[in-house]
Amino acid sequence: MKARYSIFSLARNALNYHQDWRQAWRSPEPKSEYDVVIVGGGGHGLATAYYLAKEHGITNVAVVEKGWLGGGNTGRNTTIVRSNYLWDESAAIYEHSLKLWEGLSQELNFNVMFSQRGIMNLAHNQHELRELHRRINAIRLNGIDSEILNVEQIKAFCPILNCSPTARHPVLGASLQRRGGTARHDAVAWGYARGADSRGVDIIQNCEVTGFRISNGRVQGIETTKGYIGAKKVACVTAGHSGVMAGLAGFRLPIESHPLQALVSEPVKPVLDTVVMSPAVHVYVSQSDKGELVLGAGIDAYNSYAQTGSPLVVEHQLNALVELFPIFSRLRVLRQWAGIVDTCPDASPIIGKMPVEGLYFNCGWGTGGFKATPGSGWVMAYTVAQDRPHPLNAPFGLERFTSGYLIDEHGAAGVAH
Amino acid sequence: MFLISCPFCGPREESEFSYGHEGHIARPADPDSLSDAEWADYLFMRKNPKGWHYERWNHARGCRRWFNVARHTVTHEIRAVYKMGDPPPAIEP
Ligand SMILES: Cc1cc2nc3c(=O)[nH]c(=O)nc-3n(C[C@H](O)[C@H](O)[C@H](O)COP(=O)(O)OP(=O)(O)OC[C@H]3O[C@@H](n4cnc5c(N)ncnc54)[C@H](O)[C@@H]3O)c2cc1C
Ligand SMILES: [Zn+2]
Repeated sequence: MKARYSIFSLARNALNYHQDWRQAWRSPEPKSEYDVVIVGGGGHGLATAYYLAKEHGITNVAVVEKGWLGGGNTGRNTTIVRSNYLWDESAAIYEHSLKLWEGLSQELNFNVMFSQRGIMNLAHNQHELRELHRRINAIRLNGIDSEILNVEQIKAFCPILNCSPTARHPVLGASLQRRGGTARHDAVAWGYARGADSRGVDIIQNCEVTGFRISNGRVQGIETTKGYIGAKKVACVTAGHSGVMAGLAGFRLPIESHPLQALVSEPVKPVLDTVVMSPAVHVYVSQSDKGELVLGAGIDAYNSYAQTGSPLVVEHQLNALVELFPIFSRLRVLRQWAGIVDTCPDASPIIGKMPVEGLYFNCGWGTGGFKATPGSGWVMAYTVAQDRPHPLNAPFGLERFTSGYLIDEHGAAGVAH
Repeated sequence: MFLISCPFCGPREESEFSYGHEGHIARPADPDSLSDAEWADYLFMRKNPKGWHYERWNHARGCRRWFNVARHTVTHEIRAVYKMGDPPPAIEP
């Protein structure tokens, strides 16, 4: 086990001008074979490794990442965490995840800066308001905290929001999940990496998987830029590149890869202490601890792996922002980027076994998988260890596209982040 | 942002167009005889390549006509624009 991080270790290291901090994880050369190889060192892949070791005692595991840890969507997302999903299947898995978030910093001995500042979803017309009521009722029946705010309550909760009845898209009401909020994205990857490494998992960065070795319908190992690595089981957790990985393994997925853009403003003093989302004008915003506004919107419509997007999407999102928050109209944008998200027709993930024996995929989280990182890794570890899905992810198998049992969160969630 | 050459109107900004996703997916000739797996394949499974993609676009804010495009999904370069019903042109990698 690694030395624990604490106020005392911080004080001790401060005396040495922080020269003596040990590396949080090793960087070993790959072994010739592992019980489980996880492809993709994002939050979901690293969480899978952590729970495989911790919950299932499987430690002969490697995480193989083509770039650096969290350099994919984990480090590019707008970090919104919530569990207010409409359908029972989604509610169960996202709420499981939210409960894990609530203890995650303690669990990992790593501050993931999970901040339950609440998440407010706005309704701008009567239809949306009725939908919101329906959704909130369904969510509450699943035992998940959610409430409706009227315009007066919204004004009190978020005074800088433009609630004028003469606005182009007037605010008529909102839903609020107080247990929702944000977290520090990199810290989630680093915390899981450190926890997995200390239990014996090898984390191998700068190693791209270029093929699968499959014989008699069963996976034998992976081809990589560091050579062949044998594996009894392979778990593919590659988000936007899942279609590419499926292609390498010889099958297709119901997934398209799209750019999803985000941006941050210059830092300002604390002005927004919650997350505000508007599905209709399509923007969502929170303020980071550094003071930057963190802004996101919708995907670019076309398939792309370019990690960039079109300015028209940004323009749209900023129009929406200043409509809702006139106070932000003179802020400057500091940085803009995109991540490649793996969108599924029903806006729900695919977690489970694949047409090749010993090969498992966890993908299709699209624009909204950051919030699911702990729960997703937890069910994925179970699925790989037991060779069958946990009841929480059983409804999310690839089979649903054949059976027709889709979990359609598109219309249901309005915005899928 | 990129320019797309509508075969009917000429080069226009991307913002004038709507995306029609993967092209050349033929509607089943005999839907009644399709198995569930074949339906799943037709309705949902996609190539989603990292590279050249044969896809449909609609000049929604222009002539409103559909056409096919061969576009690279990393560089966004457009190598071919061709009419609906035409076969996908071969592209040198
Ligand atoms: C701009 C933006 C905003 C978002 N906002 C939110 C939000 O507010 N809330 C929310 O819940 N979700 C949000 N999401 C979605 C969320 O980020 C993703 O669903 C989630 O991060 C996916 O997690 P991951 O760890 O699986 O992905 P990633 O971090 O992308 O990990 C996949 C890893 O696989 C690696 N990989 C790919 N191919 C190979 C290969 N051949 N060999 C080896 N490694 C490979 C990649 O390099 C990458 O590191 C957002 C996404 C984006 C892009
Ligand atoms: Zn035209």
